[in-house]
Amino acid sequence: MDFNTAQELINICEKENKKISEIMRLREIIYGERNADEVDAKMRKSLSIMKASAHTPLTTVVKSMGGMIGGEAFLLEKRRKAGESICGNVLTKALIYSQAVLEVNASMGVIVAAPTAGSAGVVPAVLFALAEEFDISDDRLCDALFTAGAVGSILMKNASVSGAEAGCQAEIGSAAAMAAAAAVELMGGTPEQCFEAAAITIGNMLGLVCDPIAGLVEAPCQSRNAAGASNALTSAEMALAGIRSAVPFNEMVDAMYRVGKKLPMELRETALGGCAATPTGCALKCSVFGGCS
Amino acid sequence: MAFISVFDVIGPDMVGPSSSHTAGAASIARLARKMMHNDLKKVNFVLYGSFARTYRGHGTDRALLGGMMGFATDDVRIRDSFDIAEKEGIQFSFEANTVETDVHPNTVDIEIEDVTGRKHTVRGESIGGGKVRLTKIDGVKVHFTGEYHSLIVEHKDHPGVIAKVTTVLSKCQVNIAYLRVYRETKGGVAYMIIESDEEITNSTVEEIEKNPFVRDTMLIRR
Repeated sequence: MDFNTAQELINICEKENKKISEIMRLREIIYGERNADEVDAKMRKSLSIMKASAHTPLTTVVKSMGGMIGGEAFLLEKRRKAGESICGNVLTKALIYSQAVLEVNASMGVIVAAPTAGSAGVVPAVLFALAEEFDISDDRLCDALFTAGAVGSILMKNASVSGAEAGCQAEIGSAAAMAAAAAVELMGGTPEQCFEAAAITIGNMLGLVCDPIAGLVEAPCQSRNAAGASNALTSAEMALAGIRSAVPFNEMVDAMYRVGKKLPMELRETALGGCAATPTGCALKCSVFGGCS
Repeated sequence: MAFISVFDVIGPDMVGPSSSHTAGAASIARLARKMMHNDLKKVNFVLYGSFARTYRGHGTDRALLGGMMGFATDDVRIRDSFDIAEKEGIQFSFEANTVETDVHPNTVDIEIEDVTGRKHTVRGESIGGGKVRLTKIDGVKVHFTGEYHSLIVEHKDHPGVIAKVTTVLSKCQVNIAYLRVYRETKGGVAYMIIESDEEITNSTVEEIEKNPFVRDTMLIRR
């Protein structure tokens, strides 16, 4: 029941005639430390934390610890409610929820790392946007989290989900690949199509650097969660239409990891390059931590 | 590689903003807290590397103090841990050590004193995604993650102590998953770290403490 690669997981799904989410759940019950009831209860708890963190900032604005973000979800929601959004409901909602989760995270609220805290907005954004527009139940959203977890576990095994190790492509890129696969399964796609979507997503985010201003999980992390969520929805739509990734998932994962290893230290979460090293980025760092003349 | 749980990917549930700088910090301190028997009097945190440079912006300080009071990574009381510690009469302080760089980038030394005057210093490292390990206890190098039920036995480095301790465990039907021993100097202070699948009971620990060479025990339930 365990797997190391996408192909192994797809083979198990075909042999057992089950979805990725079902295999991932069974695998957890067999090899993990919790029984079936505990596994389901823990996933429901994670979903409820995700739901609260995606929705609270729409009405209650809180500034982040570093003071660089706060209120973005509120602004987007105001525009959506006024009927002014140019992106359509699913994408607009995904953008809103991705911003909301990062606002909660940056103000020491409770979130679920998925796979990390800095990328925690992507998966809930895609799931709740789809759930509200297509009337999807919480039980099915929990299933989708198992699918996302399956893709994330392959990325953790064969590459990395750490910005410090392989850049933002490994962090928000991985979150987006997880969300894309979850979206495909939710909308009735096959296990193969889930991994086509995940592969397209990673390909589209290849090379993205990790350059947090002042070293804090605020900017550009927050807006990149929006980019990750939209990327996930784009790739899911393509995969559901029958479009395949030119490069299969496992090769794409290897490529992502190799690119990540080649990124200079300055572009791997050290806050010494990219946005963090711009004059404005440096000035923001001084105003957050002081100590600059 | 070891089994990756779905909750290693979708998780941890945590107070933000950083799995390594906030959730990991809380977990290290919570493990250290479990090693103390009595109420706390005083705790000093020495922060190294990235912890030292960015701890305020990441709430690392509040997470450490919260963990020291037993708060889990998703406990919102972490945000108010300074006020709560003051109300509980726990003295606390933070020091940034930016001189020593030969350490893991997210390292903290926790100097703890309980109300009876008993002191311990524990070094912890936050190694990513909220995962942590303790690497020093009172200056002695160890390796310990708290993923199992664990018993730390501080004892005199003396022939037969390990056999005596493991005999007690075997009598009490405790299966040892991992056993590691560390010592500072020959005949000096030594530590035994026993990790077990089964919970170790207080009566088992009391039996172990009867050994004259055993100086202290710390039982950490998973």
